[in-house]
Amino acid sequence: MAGGVAWLAARRLVQAVPVLFGVVLVNFLLMQAAPGDLADVLAGEQGAATPEMMAELRARFGLDQPVWMQFLHYLGNVVTGDLGHSHRLGLPVLTLILERLPATLLLMVPAILLASGSGMLLGGLAARRAGSWLDGIISAGVLLAYATPLFWVGLMGIVLFGVRLQWLPVGGMRDPGADLSGLALALDTARHMVLPVCTLSLFYAALYARLMRASMLTALKQDYVRTARAKGLSPWQVDAVHAGRNALLPVLTMVGLQAGALIGGGVLVETVFSWPGLGRLAFDAILRRDLNLLLGIVLASSVTVVLVNFLVDLLYGLADPRVRAA
Amino acid sequence: MIPPAMSRRLLLAGLGAATLGIPSRMALAQPAATPRRGGTLTAIVQPEPPILVSALNAGAPTGVVSTNIFDGLFTYDWDMSLKPCLAQSWTLAADGLSLTFRLRPGVKWHDGQDFTAEDVKFSLEEIWRKIHPRGRATFAAVEAVETPDPLTVTLRLRQPSPVILSALNAYEAQILPRHIYAGGDALANPANLKPVGTGPFRFREWVRGEHIILERNPDYWDEGKPYLDRIVFRIVPDAAARAALLETGQAQYAPYSPVPLSDVARLRALPGLAVETRGYEWISPWLFLEFNLRKPELKDRRVRQAIAHAINRDIIAKTVWHGFGKPAVSTVPSSLTRFHNPDVPKYPFDVKKAEALLDEAGFRRGADGMRFALSHDYLPYGDDYRRTGEYVRQALRRVGIDLTLRSQDTPSYLRRVFTDYEFDISSSWASSFSDPQIGVQRLFWSKAINKGTPWTNASGYSNPEMDQVIEAAQRAVDPAERARLFREMQALAATDLPNLPLIELHFFTVHAKTLRDVATGPDAAYSSLKHAWLEG
Repeated sequence: MAGGVAWLAARRLVQAVPVLFGVVLVNFLLMQAAPGDLADVLAGEQGAATPEMMAELRARFGLDQPVWMQFLHYLGNVVTGDLGHSHRLGLPVLTLILERLPATLLLMVPAILLASGSGMLLGGLAARRAGSWLDGIISAGVLLAYATPLFWVGLMGIVLFGVRLQWLPVGGMRDPGADLSGLALALDTARHMVLPVCTLSLFYAALYARLMRASMLTALKQDYVRTARAKGLSPWQVDAVHAGRNALLPVLTMVGLQAGALIGGGVLVETVFSWPGLGRLAFDAILRRDLNLLLGIVLASSVTVVLVNFLVDLLYGLADPRVRAA
Repeated sequence: MIPPAMSRRLLLAGLGAATLGIPSRMALAQPAATPRRGGTLTAIVQPEPPILVSALNAGAPTGVVSTNIFDGLFTYDWDMSLKPCLAQSWTLAADGLSLTFRLRPGVKWHDGQDFTAEDVKFSLEEIWRKIHPRGRATFAAVEAVETPDPLTVTLRLRQPSPVILSALNAYEAQILPRHIYAGGDALANPANLKPVGTGPFRFREWVRGEHIILERNPDYWDEGKPYLDRIVFRIVPDAAARAALLETGQAQYAPYSPVPLSDVARLRALPGLAVETRGYEWISPWLFLEFNLRKPELKDRRVRQAIAHAINRDIIAKTVWHGFGKPAVSTVPSSLTRFHNPDVPKYPFDVKKAEALLDEAGFRRGADGMRFALSHDYLPYGDDYRRTGEYVRQALRRVGIDLTLRSQDTPSYLRRVFTDYEFDISSSWASSFSDPQIGVQRLFWSKAINKGTPWTNASGYSNPEMDQVIEAAQRAVDPAERARLFREMQALAATDLPNLPLIELHFFTVHAKTLRDVATGPDAAYSSLKHAWLEG
């Protein structure tokens, strides 16, 4: 088994190299296609510029070099583990990404766990009672959650819980003026997490619930389920263990695919809740034509996707022994 | 206390009406309440500044934070005269060729080093003139900077350059510590992210994407100030979230029109909040349309005049901008009382006249009722500019010009308008600053047609007569003559019409009513909060 995992890991690693190269190349070219560069942006936000200043800035950022030279230069740095410098923010790209990573994980991991947990539960329940009033309520709720724009849900959450009832803070990750530490800081952070995590998980929960319901319905019709029932196992045991475990596979696949969203997908929620995550950093990098920063984030998120999919592959093995054998 | 050199300054005041020692409006209207010491102010800055040094990044968000940490030589009074800050007085030679500042003794940098004339010399020579986007032009006439003693700085000028006196506050000419910046690459200095200044507040921490915290400088030279113990600038990218923070009292100060205009009425009606439009006079922003004179239709002055007649500037001010603006008459806003020319050729709203001018120019209505089609690149700075564009489209369609709006992000807009010149009509706002030489002349000077450089003359307008007037104004020593020349510039601009002023913009600050003494000068939005205090 251990040897199998190592073999799988090595294969994945080799496969990842062309993928990552492609991701960097495509994003580099896309940014080249966007009009305007970082020098334009810096002049733009300062409200004034001179031709000398523009030339100095471009020379400083290497933007006066031919595009292929810029690309090779970037690639050379990445190979040696150097993600470069954000010229606008005056910091190394790696530092900027690592600064934002905790906030991103703090938002995304609970959101994905909450979403997949509640989605599977609701989807499973709806499938067991397919056609009943419970199924009706769950399906309608899921459809509503699925169709409502995230930022609107977030804003309504702020208006209701932040402004009207004042139970929860309006935004941010912690109270910046309070100088908290230890348990007080953890509690304060938790309070700040409630609205953004719930908002973000709402959409994903709806998605997983729909998937789970469909795949559970298929599983419940299988012969082995009938056999299990015929053996006299309790209905709960049959549904949760026999059918449920098999129905999990499509949902797991989806969670794995959406791991990319772990890094970039929270832009709207991060914006609405002033959450200092990587999504906003990436979004700003695009608007400000901060090429190094954007490529760094894209690269980091591609690596995450590759890693998480590797983990999902391992989880498949646990959920379905047939996958392990293959 | 009036510094001893003040009398000398008053004697010299004959040189400029601006320097008359009129008692400040602030002093006259001093509120009865005594300022209270202490408290933490939570403010909002948007968007997040890239660095915290205005001398190296002239953007507004950097200015909002940075001017609390650094000082300038002066601040401005309501009549745009200079008020002492790091410099206690100034003297301009009769020939206008040398300008001397007496510096305040005993001022220390936040790291304990002494502030001296060398810091001023270094900032001017190495930072303002080499890196600052406007400083390069403002201080271009400086030939040498002399420091005869640690508290005296003399600028030797190649030609008289009165514009310098309008750019000496902590935002436009910020003094940086020489001992930290000398010899290195200023733009890459780590101190740009944890600045060391002489200002009323010291830098404490910056958590990117979250907040910047400043703390009271106990050794500040202006004894007793600042009143606040701490300022927390929160970074809040979403406008609705900013409104919610202000509404719930979780933030008490937000400059630079922090919420949508459509939200202002609601916020203003709340008992705890105030909306302040003072404090922006020193930049005096105004909104205009710029015509690309390379386009065949727009090359004809009658077409530009027709467009001017077709647009109702009252509607833009009252409806589109919810009253946060005033119909513009000239390219120098009326708040610059010294320079504004109210008697320029005017183009009142008159659809018939617009139609007649277009007919006269040979552009008759076609079968579809349209004369010709143009595109409009509105400034991509938010809804207000888009809605202005929508109004302009509607107004021009009425006279038979088929206008299409183009939406894009800021770098695309800048590239299209200032590098590719691939636009017909753009909209833009600009700060005029307290001197038209800093903010306005670039739009009309043929030497400012700099392809590839944002915020220069994009219309391609070039008129030798205009160039002469502008260049004479740059050199004029006599303030009256200089003001006359700038008034002439405005008359010429309104005659030739390479751009059309729409409204004088009224930016606003939203603050809690418990926060007092917010707008203490015409550059308050670009100054420290050292006068501000929180009611107990």
